[in-house]
Amino acid sequence: MSRPAISIHDLGKLYKLGGTLRHDTLRDKIADGVNALLRRGTAGEKKDERDFWALRHVSFEVEEGTAVALIGRNGAGKSTLLKLLSQITEPTEGEVRLRGRVASLLEVGTGFHPELSGRENIMLNGAILGMTRREIKSKFDEIVAFAEVERFLDTPVKRYSSGMYVRLAFAVAAHLEPEILLIDEVLAVGDAAFQKKCLGKMNSVARDGRTVIFVSHNMVAVRNLCQRAVMLEGGGLAVDGEVNDVVSRYLGGDQHDDRPERVWEDPARAPGDRTLRLHRVCVYDKDGRIDGDIRIEEPFRIAIEYWVTRAGIRAGATAHVWNEDSTLVFSSISNNDEWHTKIKPEGLYRTWVNVPGNFLNAGRHSVSVELWKENYDRSTREDEVLHFHVNDTGGVRGDFMGKFRCATRPDFQWETQCLSEEKVIAWR
Amino acid sequence: MAETATQFKERIIKPRRGLIGIDYAELWRYRELFGFLTWRDIMVRYKQTAIGIAWAVVQPLLTVIVFTWIFSRIVKVDVKGPYAIIAFAGLLPWSFFSSALQAGSQSVVMSSQMISKIYFPRLIIPASATLSGLVDFLISMLMMMVLMVHYDVAFGARMLALPLFFLMAFASAFGASLWLAALNVKYRDIKHIVPFIIRIGIFVCPVMLTSGQMAGHATRAVAAWAPGWLTWRLVFSLNPVVGPIDGFRWAILGPQVDPQFAIFWPGMLASLFVTVALLVSGAYYFRQFERSFADVI
Repeated sequence: MSRPAISIHDLGKLYKLGGTLRHDTLRDKIADGVNALLRRGTAGEKKDERDFWALRHVSFEVEEGTAVALIGRNGAGKSTLLKLLSQITEPTEGEVRLRGRVASLLEVGTGFHPELSGRENIMLNGAILGMTRREIKSKFDEIVAFAEVERFLDTPVKRYSSGMYVRLAFAVAAHLEPEILLIDEVLAVGDAAFQKKCLGKMNSVARDGRTVIFVSHNMVAVRNLCQRAVMLEGGGLAVDGEVNDVVSRYLGGDQHDDRPERVWEDPARAPGDRTLRLHRVCVYDKDGRIDGDIRIEEPFRIAIEYWVTRAGIRAGATAHVWNEDSTLVFSSISNNDEWHTKIKPEGLYRTWVNVPGNFLNAGRHSVSVELWKENYDRSTREDEVLHFHVNDTGGVRGDFMGKFRCATRPDFQWETQCLSEEKVIAWR
Repeated sequence: MAETATQFKERIIKPRRGLIGIDYAELWRYRELFGFLTWRDIMVRYKQTAIGIAWAVVQPLLTVIVFTWIFSRIVKVDVKGPYAIIAFAGLLPWSFFSSALQAGSQSVVMSSQMISKIYFPRLIIPASATLSGLVDFLISMLMMMVLMVHYDVAFGARMLALPLFFLMAFASAFGASLWLAALNVKYRDIKHIVPFIIRIGIFVCPVMLTSGQMAGHATRAVAAWAPGWLTWRLVFSLNPVVGPIDGFRWAILGPQVDPQFAIFWPGMLASLFVTVALLVSGAYYFRQFERSFADVI
């Protein structure tokens, strides 16, 4: 029998935006008090424009022993919800019931003091995270082994490399044994091998019958770790369900905006000029279906159809692909096909570009197209005609679980040789 | 917070209204964290300094030397007993108080990273910060004993009362820190006010001179119309640091050295009263505003 470890009921958190300080001066307080007295009797509460509900009307329950992912775009309210659950800040309305000891990893290394040694920081950080002295002592060796910092235990952590620092910090946190664990984006740090270890550790935590709330933008990790996902949008609960469904809804974005096809039926009203008119732009997946969800390792094509409305011209198209950061990832011009140098009769033409797999990075991309004639003389340019999503399914990732902060993710070959086995620095 | 007797403690998080009391049970559960934070503050105090803990000796020693030079060579003070001991007995509680106030009032803002990431009773932060000067105080106390031997001042049984007066100094520093630390979260003006308080404080408190010298005769009333018990000395003692300083001079020197080192009870009680008021009001004020720390800090 499992009962809810976490019950959230109509939870809301209000922030006052802009000039918190000004609003809180003694003078304003007095003025507010006088106003309140004068308005006494008039019903209705004052609504302030600076009020901002970071979270509102959120209700759900988490069964004991399940791992639930909390996903959503930046500003959706994920962090606010975690802060409320971990009691860092107090809700404005609603309530949360928690059964069991709660520990949160909102950021590893909280309370680490740079001047203290690794050993001292383990003790201190353990206490801050809520472990008793006896618990820390019994887990000490395990923590040290997990973090791989045996040799540097008595060195102040300010001399640690950032990798060692993070490893130690995560190791302490990973050895907490609360009934409810809140985790926020810890996987974005550390080297690949360590991340794999972290993911494994978190998996075992979740399998251990503990309740886990996991906030991440890393959908691979989310799918691996959780059975259920809750998606927040604009401070409210948008979707709650099986992890794969929710993740694909999240990756799919807003269905209305993100159609992988755009058609102009009437040549007279389509974008273009007297010579060329745009008819259709769409994205095909590798099986030739119109599909806006592309697997990262698979090739796809962007097709552009246009009418030539004046005979006897040479014409072509250009596709531009932009990513979420508004970076122009690539532009490609249709000038290497056999029609390029040929004079086109009037009619409808389709031109397409084949984009290889393992090329674009994961994320939402937008397509802009141009039509041009003769010496690349532009007839029209349409921005953001459609959007498609490249979904990270694990290609070109290997065992690395972090973020790729780049526009493309090519599958380049690496090689390593050992040049010398000479010992360079004698660590004590 | 409701705790059932079952295996799992159920915790309810919801908006609190009205005056928030102090959750002693929770504070007790977090006693180890309090210990660790105090230990951390003590450990890092003199990290990466060349002479380390010796600073705890050098600072008060130099101050006493300067005071002694001024007040026994330049300005003659009319008091019996070695001036160095008199000044040092005042300096001991004063330095503890001022460094505790400095650390305590900054403590919450300094711990902003922890406050915005992890839950624990926030009262622990100013408490451990104020107490971190304890080691310095104890070292100075040892120095005091060396000085007493040097000046041939007898160790009396009255010295057993010193911990009580220390506790009083701690309580007043903690109470003031609670107010200042909570205010500092919202108004960073406090950062500039505290050094000022400390700089002025050494002149307002009976550190260089005794309370008797500063407040005139203990028996003189504030005004002709005032009742006989309302003396200048009583008003002077409303400063909560006066109580511990007078206590230290009484315990170390005693009335047989100079009658003015006898305890002035109305003043001692006034100091104690102000200390308790500061502590209680500070604790409630702090509790009231700790809810918004993470949002404002």
